[in-house]
Amino acid sequence: MPDHLFVGKSIPRTIEADKVTGKAVYINDLKRPGMLYGKILYSSHAHARIKSIDTSMAKQLQGVRAVLTGQDIPDVRVGFLKDQTVLKKDVVRQFRDEVAAVAAISPEIAEEAVSLIKVEYEKLPAVFDPFEAMKEGAPLVHETDARGRPLKSNILPLPWKFAVGDMEQARKDAAYIAKDTVSTTWVNQCCMGTSGCIAEFDQNNNLTLYDQTNVIFGHIGRISEYFERIGLAGKKIRVVNPVVGGSFGTKLDTDIYEFIAIQLALNTRKPVKILFDREEEFCALPPRQPAVFTIEQGCDKEGRLIFRHCEAILDNGAYTSWGATTPSVMIMPMSSLYRVPNVYFKATCVYTNNIYAQAMRGYGNPQATFAVETSMDSLAEAAGIDPAEFRFINRNRPGDETPMNLKITSCGLEECITAVRDRLQWDQKRGKQRGRGVGMASLIHVAGGARVTKSDGHGIRVKLDEFGHVDVIESGTDQGQGSPTVISQIVSEALGVRPEDIFLTFGDTALALWDAGTHASRHTFMAGNAAVIACAKAKRQILDMAVELIPRLVKGEFKRMKRKDPEFVEPDLDYGLIANPEDMDIRDRMIFPKKDPDHPYFKVPISEILRNGLHVGIGESRVVAAEAFYDPPTEMLNRDMKGNLSMTYAFGTTGVEVEVDEETGEVQILKLVAAHDVGKAMNPTLLLGQIYGAGYTGVGYGLTEEIKVRNGRVMNPSFRDYQMLTAMDVVPIEAVIVEPGDKDGPYGAKGVGEPGLVPTAPAIANAVYDAIGVRIRDLPITPEKILTALKERK
Amino acid sequence: MKKVSVSFTLNGDPVTADVPVTWTLLKTLRDYFELTGAKEGCGVGECGACTVIVDGQAVNSCLYPIPEVEGRSVTTIEGIAEKDGSLHPIQTAFLENNGVQCGFCTSGMIMSAKALLDQNPDPNEEDIRKGIAGNFCRCTGYVQIVESIEMAAKADK
Repeated sequence: MPDHLFVGKSIPRTIEADKVTGKAVYINDLKRPGMLYGKILYSSHAHARIKSIDTSMAKQLQGVRAVLTGQDIPDVRVGFLKDQTVLKKDVVRQFRDEVAAVAAISPEIAEEAVSLIKVEYEKLPAVFDPFEAMKEGAPLVHETDARGRPLKSNILPLPWKFAVGDMEQARKDAAYIAKDTVSTTWVNQCCMGTSGCIAEFDQNNNLTLYDQTNVIFGHIGRISEYFERIGLAGKKIRVVNPVVGGSFGTKLDTDIYEFIAIQLALNTRKPVKILFDREEEFCALPPRQPAVFTIEQGCDKEGRLIFRHCEAILDNGAYTSWGATTPSVMIMPMSSLYRVPNVYFKATCVYTNNIYAQAMRGYGNPQATFAVETSMDSLAEAAGIDPAEFRFINRNRPGDETPMNLKITSCGLEECITAVRDRLQWDQKRGKQRGRGVGMASLIHVAGGARVTKSDGHGIRVKLDEFGHVDVIESGTDQGQGSPTVISQIVSEALGVRPEDIFLTFGDTALALWDAGTHASRHTFMAGNAAVIACAKAKRQILDMAVELIPRLVKGEFKRMKRKDPEFVEPDLDYGLIANPEDMDIRDRMIFPKKDPDHPYFKVPISEILRNGLHVGIGESRVVAAEAFYDPPTEMLNRDMKGNLSMTYAFGTTGVEVEVDEETGEVQILKLVAAHDVGKAMNPTLLLGQIYGAGYTGVGYGLTEEIKVRNGRVMNPSFRDYQMLTAMDVVPIEAVIVEPGDKDGPYGAKGVGEPGLVPTAPAIANAVYDAIGVRIRDLPITPEKILTALKERK
Repeated sequence: MKKVSVSFTLNGDPVTADVPVTWTLLKTLRDYFELTGAKEGCGVGECGACTVIVDGQAVNSCLYPIPEVEGRSVTTIEGIAEKDGSLHPIQTAFLENNGVQCGFCTSGMIMSAKALLDQNPDPNEEDIRKGIAGNFCRCTGYVQIVESIEMAAKADK
């Protein structure tokens, strides 16, 4: 491997210095001339018919510019299954249903106006439990589907079923079988920056949307479709990202508030900003999907997995966003985490009158891995095998093809399990009980893109000016993951410049090529590969100039020296060294011949070539600019839910040591080891930040976090009541970086954004079991649940 | 709405704000002075994204009534770098040690760290964690924030 100057180094985040000086402009800080502020009135009931809406008082309030209800805007359905409208005019099906919206000259006036809207409801019977909702005679959340056809059931028509092998035979062949039912709850993404956008139409009804989405082009697709239905077909849309204050899945879909901002802007002919407050963030933003799994696994006498059978019920809430598609990701750990030949997985999503769900870091994987890894411990116990050894026996290996047809290329799972075992002193500490215990869990995740839409591409543009400054126009979103730094490292390496030469533009659909979205831990892999290709093209353009110009510059210099000093003898140089661009390279701003990198005359600053080569006269001027669109040769899932949807996969193992206080039920994490196969660390310090951050969110998922939904209503819509971890919740976390290098990754890298979260909660649950001998199968593992389980055991 | 005229020192400069009496310090900073570094993350004093320093103490500016600021000295994230733009050691440390990710909590986090280091230049890990206990972060797990503050404390010596 060649010696890298920037890739693999812990380059500071200097490129993001605006974030430490208060200069970075988030949606909160962005103002447009004449801008109005939008506010939304939500439903007062979980299920009710709207009898009347009186907006007269709100409209009379000074400073109000628009009050809209479902009667005022086109009756157009939106969302993944087109099962809701932007403003609800007949029936509300959940507490977060948007009933009316106001635009006013200040947020305070808008809020006051919302409070003046009077809605008369007629309550309807509601259903809040997905198991109840599946029963015959349960109240129907939707009377009809998107096309108006009557519905008879609350079960969604989604095809989440995966079956490979002979389950009947496998059961017979199994020497040991374990069965568990586990459940997970709603958790909020808790972005520190709340949701918001500004919608602004120009005179020709083209829309600019300042928006935090991390799928800028997907946004255009969905809004274009909406435009077609509201009479704005053909109007153009530009999506521009401000700096995004965290994302974690919340910005994947186009949310209802974004359509409302568009409608208010259209109605008032003014830019309209909607910015959520924290209570809205908890009540009106789709969180992680809750699920209940019944999982059964069997293995042979040697501990080799023979089958895995799992059925899941997901509470879909009242409408459908990306939460309902998380089973497509659950199939990955279900079929492919550890070697297992016979697999059955079925997920049923059920409408209820609860809040509906969306994506969150890991996208279904944390829920499914909690099920798989709980079951792995149960089965290891049934088989009388140490749980670490059991996982080691069944580990995935390089070159495997899984039942889902995932082609495993690089795979460091063996190293990860071993590292966790060593660092936790597993063999000494396990099985002692007396309140202390160790547990582990592993993960598989996409790490080389995820073909969930027809194109999984990423486009990038690179151009250089005559001073050697580099503009990089990225198609992705900076949501805090560190891409400005990492992409500038990759560009510096590939082009031969320095990070401080680079000016990056993220998230602007008018400038960028295309991108499937900054999701699925795909950005470094996809943008990195695109950057490497684009930089190679731009570099070639520079070297083409260099072979032309360097001899001219050198000879010109000799002429000047001769004029100064007639005695000067021109050295005899081998111009063959720089005759071909292939024989030249660029590194750290210098162009040089590969065969003689420190040549006294042929080593020339890149800026000198650009200055002498770009804007030089009629017929000779040119630009250095290149673009690349990287779309890997992966597969979309077929009807059987099979397909190699990513170029490569991430693996990792988290191990924890806990102490459980049997008097109070409190769990203290004494040590958390997170071992991750990352391919190659692009920036070790930033990489650690991803692992620590995801690990912490995983600890919250395991121990404290829960949106308490009672009869459809969010009961704890504040940080304090939600119990997000603070700096006082010390988790001694140790990361182990495993770097097998990936043949398809940029400089060997794989994705790592989500993995750290995925195995954390099951590792904690398994450690709690090792400590006190009771297994908590329902997240989060609260002191109440532990005390109840201990009592039951006695 | 009844207005109030409040005079105080803002990032070293004497200023007067004529704002509605109900405004908070945060709203005044953001909407009157256009200093948008301090953020509203919750509006109820739980998350610390709005932290600024008033007379040496880190406070939640979203809860601080503007009339209370009369005669006091307020420092915000915009006021801690040198006039020539060179960064305060805490800011540098946050960049070097990945104490910042999405950056939304960062202004408040750095101001809490500054208030802490101004009072206790040699804090241990527990002191640091207590110092930022009221500042929430979802990205980092706090690990590299704590390390950044440790690094800044060392750099200041």
